[in-house]
Amino acid sequence: MSVASRQDTGFVRAALGHPAFLAGLALTALFVLAALISFLWTPFDPEKMQIAAKLQSPSAEHWFGTDHFGRDVFSMLMVGARVSIAVAFVAVGIGIGFGVPLGLYAAANRHGLIDEIVMRGNDLIFAFPSLLLAILITAVFGPGAVNAIIAIGIFNIPVFARLSRGAALSLWTREFILAARVAGKGSTRISVEHILPNLMNLLIVQGTIQFSLAVLAEAGLAYVGLGAQPPTPSWGRMLAEAQTFISLAPHMALFPGLAIVLTVLGLNLLGDGLRDLHDPRLRRSRA
Amino acid sequence: MILYFLRRLTALLLTMFAASIVVFLVTEIIPGDPASFMMGINADPQAVAALRTELGLDQPVATRYLAWLLGMLQGDFGQSYTYKVPVSELVGDRIMVSLPLTLYALALSTLIAFPAGVISAARRNTTADFAVIGATQLGVAIPNFWFAMLLVLAFAVNLHWFSAGGFPGWDAGFLEGMKALTLPAVALALPQASILARVMRSSLLDTLDEDFVRTARAKGLTRSQTLWRHALRNALIPVLTIVGLQFSFLLAGGIIIENVFYLPGLGRLVFQAITQRDLIVVRSVIILLVFAVVAVTFLVDMAYAAADPRLRRRPR
Repeated sequence: MSVASRQDTGFVRAALGHPAFLAGLALTALFVLAALISFLWTPFDPEKMQIAAKLQSPSAEHWFGTDHFGRDVFSMLMVGARVSIAVAFVAVGIGIGFGVPLGLYAAANRHGLIDEIVMRGNDLIFAFPSLLLAILITAVFGPGAVNAIIAIGIFNIPVFARLSRGAALSLWTREFILAARVAGKGSTRISVEHILPNLMNLLIVQGTIQFSLAVLAEAGLAYVGLGAQPPTPSWGRMLAEAQTFISLAPHMALFPGLAIVLTVLGLNLLGDGLRDLHDPRLRRSRA
Repeated sequence: MILYFLRRLTALLLTMFAASIVVFLVTEIIPGDPASFMMGINADPQAVAALRTELGLDQPVATRYLAWLLGMLQGDFGQSYTYKVPVSELVGDRIMVSLPLTLYALALSTLIAFPAGVISAARRNTTADFAVIGATQLGVAIPNFWFAMLLVLAFAVNLHWFSAGGFPGWDAGFLEGMKALTLPAVALALPQASILARVMRSSLLDTLDEDFVRTARAKGLTRSQTLWRHALRNALIPVLTIVGLQFSFLLAGGIIIENVFYLPGLGRLVFQAITQRDLIVVRSVIILLVFAVVAVTFLVDMAYAAADPRLRRRPR
């Protein structure tokens, strides 16, 4: 058996013995699956209004009840999962896509002018109240899913830049990097071929955590009316609409909220689990 | 120490300067002309032009930026386009809601998180520890505005203990004011308390592993004596940093909760100002909030450096 596949079986065995990781994986898979299935099938048309059937409590026909326009809450949640996941995924992608190269470049040229600019730029973004600036950005460019992605994505850039710079700096002092330099490789090649692969675990763990934060942020923006626009259902806006009917139809507020909580909980458990599983010390202590 | 102080102070001023440029430029590109927004769609173009001159909107961008910056340095934030009162007055009114709300939420968060974190660390791997870990996992996953809605449903709609929103003003009495802020503060405090309890737990666990704790135990102190006299004090440093960060986060982050409860705070002010194109208010409030964040970080850094001389050396 090759070293790589032996490591893989070790990981799988450790993962199977980690209940929190499995719970996180199951919850995350549930919502990704719901989003994917929604492309092919939903119990009802999530955008179709049936005023005669408005504000119904959960029943055999409408599993999670209906809203004030008679739309099926379950179907809306399925399509809403799509929006939540897509926004969070692209926003984290922006963070990784811009942040990691910046961090790697800054680490390879540390104490240089670019390093200083990148780090001070990071400090600047961190100093802004993130939600407020996201609201400002969506106000400038108009509300909508794409602008929500940009607003959330911008705040992910310094997170990944800082993380990859810090980790890369410590890797640059290691012997295998010295060996690569002696072999005549330039700093860009070393960053891509040797540093980046060693950052993968760290990036996956942080990516999962940022993903859950992005789901929360998207819900918040949608709640104040700056996320995906009607008629596309989104969890945050469903909650905003539910607020008016909170005493008449509490189920309208209950299910979208639970969907957010379970998705975020699942992603957090998944992230924590991955961190444990990639940490050899923790892995050994579990075995 | 003085050198370190000066270096950090320069960084603070540079950050503030850069932030002021960013805020100014971002608000500059918000579509919609404040003057035509104020006059309505059917306004006479000449009247709009006159108003633009009156507001100084016909000046070049650089001139307006400098005027804004110099005004702020003298404590003059300009006049709100829509409310027609000085921005400083508006902010002064609103901060009387946002600041008490922030402090209330921070107090609640700390009161919940400290005991939870200490119990969790002191009784590691017991049922109590697992309960705290589970509760904090759930706490960080709950969106605060949803939790706020559940609180309204339970304590306002069903039990009638609190009102569902609004603020009577401090003139109605301190207790009435605090009562109106209670549900919003609880909603804001829950996720913060979860984060704080986790930091408290892990910081205390790290400290309990240190040599000086072992020495304290070896000289005959009981577990709880070691915990209270030695470990806790040392574990508090990272916790206090988080408390500092949470203060600025809560001050700015109350915007959604202020909307849920219809509280006339800073967050709601900015939100309304953005929709009304009241740029001068948007700018000034955001820059004040950025200043609060930067200043709190600066103070925390200074407190650290005073406590731990190693930190005064240049980082990296």
